[in-house]
Amino acid sequence: MRKNAEPVLLKERSVQGRRGYLPPVSDLPSTPGAELIPSFCRRQTPLNLPELSEMEVTRHFIHLAQRSFGVDQGFYPLGSCTMKYNPKLLEELPRLSGFQDLHPLQDESDLQGALAIIDLAEKVFATITGMDAFTLQPAAGAHGELTGLLILKAALKDRGEAHRDLILIPDSAHGTNPASAALAGFQVQKIPSSANGILDPEMLKPFLSPRVAGLMLTNPNTLGLFEENILTITQMIHGIGGQVYYDGANLNAIMGWARPGDMGFDLVHLNLHKTFATPHGGGGPGSGPLGVKVHLAPYLPVPRVVRTEEGFKWDYNAPRSIGKVKGFWGHFAVIIKALAYLLSLGYTGLKQVSTDAVLAANYLQTQLKEDYNLPYDRPCMHEFVLSGLKENPAEIRALDLAKALLDYGVHPPTIYFPLIVSEALMIEPTEAVTLELLDSFVAIMKDLAEKAKTVPETLKEAPYTTPVRRLNETEAARHPVLKW
Amino acid sequence: MGHPYLPLTDSERRQMEQVIGVRNFTELFQVIPEKIRAKAAFDLPDRTEEEVKRLFRQWAALNTPGSEVVSFLGAGAYEHAIPAAVPFLVNQSQFITAYTPYQPELNQGLLQVFFEFQSLIAELTGMDVANASMYDGPTALAEALLLAYNVTKRKEIILLSGLNPEAAQVVRTYTANLPVEVHSLPVMEEDPQKQLMASVNEQTAAVVIQYPDFYGRLILSRELLSVVKASGALAIVYINDPVCLGLLEPPGSFGADLVVGEAQAFGLPLSFGGPYLGFFTAKKDYLRHLPGRLVGKTTDRDGREGFVLTLQTREQHIRREKATSNICSNQAFCALTATVYLSLLGPSGLQEVALSTVRNSHYLYEQLTRIPAVRGLLPQPFFHEFAIALSRPPADFFRRMREKGFIPGFKITPENGLGQDAYLLYTSELRTKAEMDRFCEEIERCVQ
Repeated sequence: MRKNAEPVLLKERSVQGRRGYLPPVSDLPSTPGAELIPSFCRRQTPLNLPELSEMEVTRHFIHLAQRSFGVDQGFYPLGSCTMKYNPKLLEELPRLSGFQDLHPLQDESDLQGALAIIDLAEKVFATITGMDAFTLQPAAGAHGELTGLLILKAALKDRGEAHRDLILIPDSAHGTNPASAALAGFQVQKIPSSANGILDPEMLKPFLSPRVAGLMLTNPNTLGLFEENILTITQMIHGIGGQVYYDGANLNAIMGWARPGDMGFDLVHLNLHKTFATPHGGGGPGSGPLGVKVHLAPYLPVPRVVRTEEGFKWDYNAPRSIGKVKGFWGHFAVIIKALAYLLSLGYTGLKQVSTDAVLAANYLQTQLKEDYNLPYDRPCMHEFVLSGLKENPAEIRALDLAKALLDYGVHPPTIYFPLIVSEALMIEPTEAVTLELLDSFVAIMKDLAEKAKTVPETLKEAPYTTPVRRLNETEAARHPVLKW
Repeated sequence: MGHPYLPLTDSERRQMEQVIGVRNFTELFQVIPEKIRAKAAFDLPDRTEEEVKRLFRQWAALNTPGSEVVSFLGAGAYEHAIPAAVPFLVNQSQFITAYTPYQPELNQGLLQVFFEFQSLIAELTGMDVANASMYDGPTALAEALLLAYNVTKRKEIILLSGLNPEAAQVVRTYTANLPVEVHSLPVMEEDPQKQLMASVNEQTAAVVIQYPDFYGRLILSRELLSVVKASGALAIVYINDPVCLGLLEPPGSFGADLVVGEAQAFGLPLSFGGPYLGFFTAKKDYLRHLPGRLVGKTTDRDGREGFVLTLQTREQHIRREKATSNICSNQAFCALTATVYLSLLGPSGLQEVALSTVRNSHYLYEQLTRIPAVRGLLPQPFFHEFAIALSRPPADFFRRMREKGFIPGFKITPENGLGQDAYLLYTSELRTKAEMDRFCEEIERCVQ
């Protein structure tokens, strides 16, 4: 047998003639077979898929699961990703046959429960964010951004202001912001953050021009700091005829405390897989509903759910809509999960979520800043960014610290982001923590700081206990091997 | 408050405030200007688990899922049998609750799943490279067209008739602000090659051909793609139910440049339209233009084989506004589902499923077109879906069939050029002879 650490591929386990599943057998009387397919497109190329028994498939994937690490396996303080606990109730609900076996194109009379869920989810999202209307179609946060910017573009064209082609984006923003703006046909203008980590209206002024279509902002920002001047900023942008977009990545800090709609934002996307506890699933599916103020509502993707006397209906009558951004209606199963989470916690619970998330982050920040540089030293919101070790004679890098954490069974923080902090370690504990867990994380981080002084080479070599150790990424990119 | 999703207790909160050095947690929120601080609670009560379950059970009961009737509805979302091992295996807690594997040492399992997914999809389509998945078929196609525009710098896109209308709509939304014209060719009843030759020119960036097309037709051929390629445009093949590839020649061997599509059919439930699974494959010439995540094989510092996310310099977190796409996630969990599904089915299973669907569709077509009031539309050979027209059906045809326990397919809207009473019918491997016979009897009764 091969060593446990060596990956064995499905293909290598394959033995000709093994079966993992017997599909339903047709009960048609001796009907013809493959000759129903015209010869010009009938498969001639052999179908080279692996052949395994059900037991082998099971062992293969259980083994792969054991070589993966989720929130259920341990602490995941991955900044900006809001890796909170995923309640198990959320997994059960979408599997009800009334949801799981529902075809997206069935008649509205078959869908009244599903349409009621969409209608309610839109309303609850609007309440939490202070917006007027929501679409649930976007598949992920970045997709919500694209949808919002396409709406902005369409509204500008309508108003005869197509010359507004510039989106202002702070230098601390997520990479998706500029990428989405470019994809929607805008130019990107980077705005510097001030010395205290937030946007300074005075520094924004020079960038205000008739070309500005809007500003994209996260609040709290990616440094975990609340943009205190937000009202001045949104007023300034509105004053020159621009719109303000809220990247909802950090909404977990302020639920029940403040609403983007009240801060003057015109568009807001949510990340249901962050704030509303739907599982990340190894990188997706997410869901990125987009909310707008009433003046942008006519541009939302079609169809919209409307309530009529005969019940809920799809409404395609929206001549100014940007159209569809995705097949069908969005990630319905994810929306069920998010709504279940919100209905479980209610207003009081959601406000406590944000309170606890902010408490936990400050608790860690207060203690970790003794050994690590804290470039913006003030109370944070739900996350904070450290900049490497204070005492660092051996030049231990953020990457080394991240890899060393793996040996403690902790998923490392986000590293090297935001880009404006060198050797950044971005830490977001979320509300789903215990005091014991936070204390043990502080102890581990202190231990690493000590090792950096006494045995730095052990950090540079880490990790030791994982199935593989540091992988050669340069080689992977230089000579890509992307399949069997 | 005590809540199962909130582990901290009040006394722990007090201890934390002390360590932080605040008298009360509200001090931490003083940074929010008074003017925008929320003044009032919103009306959303908290509920116990059982109360939430009850609500969702009630909503579920208001729906009639396709499984409770006999459904011939496909049109972009395809019911297939899902092996019991699929939900069991994909619902492992590590798979569900992991983040994107940015720390490869901790997530070799997930990375290997994506590598296997890429391998299986490349194999099925006959293409050089596949990425680790996209949001869904329509967005995958839209991104394919952005790639074609960026590579060719040409200004015209041709969508051959028979492209899924949802995909066509998403393409139009994505390209609305580009200096690109999108032409949808009308439904052709004659030779597709002629229709195409009359449309492509030196300004064509890409031609999209669905395989089998929205109406189930098999029109893709080596000859058709050679017309596209002779013009210098990219030949893009869109696949809406890749189960078909169990029996169909892979588009790669016809010379396709990009093959993209929707792989919901590989073990994902219908789920009212999502989440589904987009896939994206290309010839290797386009590797560095691909959107989305890619997993590559490499070695670690001890020489052991392992997997990493690779070629990330294409992606938004590095390239920002110059990235090939704004995409920041993949449909990881759905890609896992498809990988498990294909592992269980293997070559024989996939061929058998494809064959059953084709046999069923041809049987149903034959039985239906014996009915005088039913006419087959579109003469081309078809796969597991086909279009029919009814002559003078009752106004409440749909409702009457539904009362008899049938969903008689998808009503094709008149804008598609197939007339008023055209229906698209899909037969999965789950349909039985008895169901189809009963369906034909009811139709006959209903339209006469």
